[in-house]
Amino acid sequence: MIAHYGYKDGSGDFFISIDTDKCTQCSDKPCLEACPEKIIELFTDDYDDEVVGIKASERNKIKYTCLTCKSTFGAGHAACIEACLLEAIEHSW
Amino acid sequence: MITAGVDVGNMFTKALLQEGGRVLSYAILASGLDRKRAARETFRQALIKAGVTEDDVCNVFSTGAGQDEVDFAAGTVTDITAAARGTLKIFPMARIVADVGAEGAKVLKTDDDGRVLGFTINEKCAAGTGSFLETMGRALGVQLEELGPLSLEAERAVTINAQCAVFAESEVVSLIHAKVPREVIARSIHEAMAGRVSSMVRRVGLQKKLALIGGVARNKGFAAALEKDLDAKLLIDDEKPEFLCALGAALLAAERDAGQLP
Repeated sequence: MIAHYGYKDGSGDFFISIDTDKCTQCSDKPCLEACPEKIIELFTDDYDDEVVGIKASERNKIKYTCLTCKSTFGAGHAACIEACLLEAIEHSW
Repeated sequence: MITAGVDVGNMFTKALLQEGGRVLSYAILASGLDRKRAARETFRQALIKAGVTEDDVCNVFSTGAGQDEVDFAAGTVTDITAAARGTLKIFPMARIVADVGAEGAKVLKTDDDGRVLGFTINEKCAAGTGSFLETMGRALGVQLEELGPLSLEAERAVTINAQCAVFAESEVVSLIHAKVPREVIARSIHEAMAGRVSSMVRRVGLQKKLALIGGVARNKGFAAALEKDLDAKLLIDDEKPEFLCALGAALLAAERDAGQLP
């Protein structure tokens, strides 16, 4: 499943997409530690798979929360993307 | 075996009872400030309509924004999974489900077995939700239920450029002052909103077998605008489009009871 967390507003599309089929194959979930803002959480989905997602309280402000991290890694990159060895995480901006 | 689904939305709470896939009753109430109370009262009304008591109900699942506040539910299920299950019960051929509610919209894609392959949610911007239509209707001086039919009378639309409901409202006011006919403005409003929802559909992957659910599915003007934008014929349950998440929760409650779910 591709879970798109985020929003679209007048300034663009801001989505963090997580491929949960790949995510379930990863036991370490290094993205959890890598995210400097700790907006990623671990949970059990409706199919009883342990996957990561973006915290509900953070989904509507990722454009701002991820700003510092993205300014370090560059457009389209972030600490979570670099940490994920299975390339399960993408940012739309 | 009777099971129930209670969908606690931001604006309305819906409860539905089913037995063997047959819908027995459903009820809807405003969620208000006390969602726990709204859930209990909506469930009670559904029981009365079905002519059964709480003891007759084997299992209750809750879903929606306030799913954790339903203290009498034996389990919870996300509104994504509930929407997929409920919609596929009514429209087995649907592969994309667009759920447009009062204060949020979500689009999900399923496989042939009903498993969710992907989803996207908009809970930030009002421009793709029922609240947008409510605000625009107010600006236009038209009741919400009249807005859709009014838009269908127009043969053209003008572009509403604002991406934000607040700015769109001032754009509508400008159109009124520019003497643009009300039906043309109404159609423009629906097309602007359809553009928001169709961009969500394209994000998860456009397919022609698309179902529209949620309270906004009752709005024929919006449905027509979305069909035009996506060039697809929408599958809509005219009787109870806002109850399909509750139906999904009730069906999943039955499957969990029967040991078909983990």
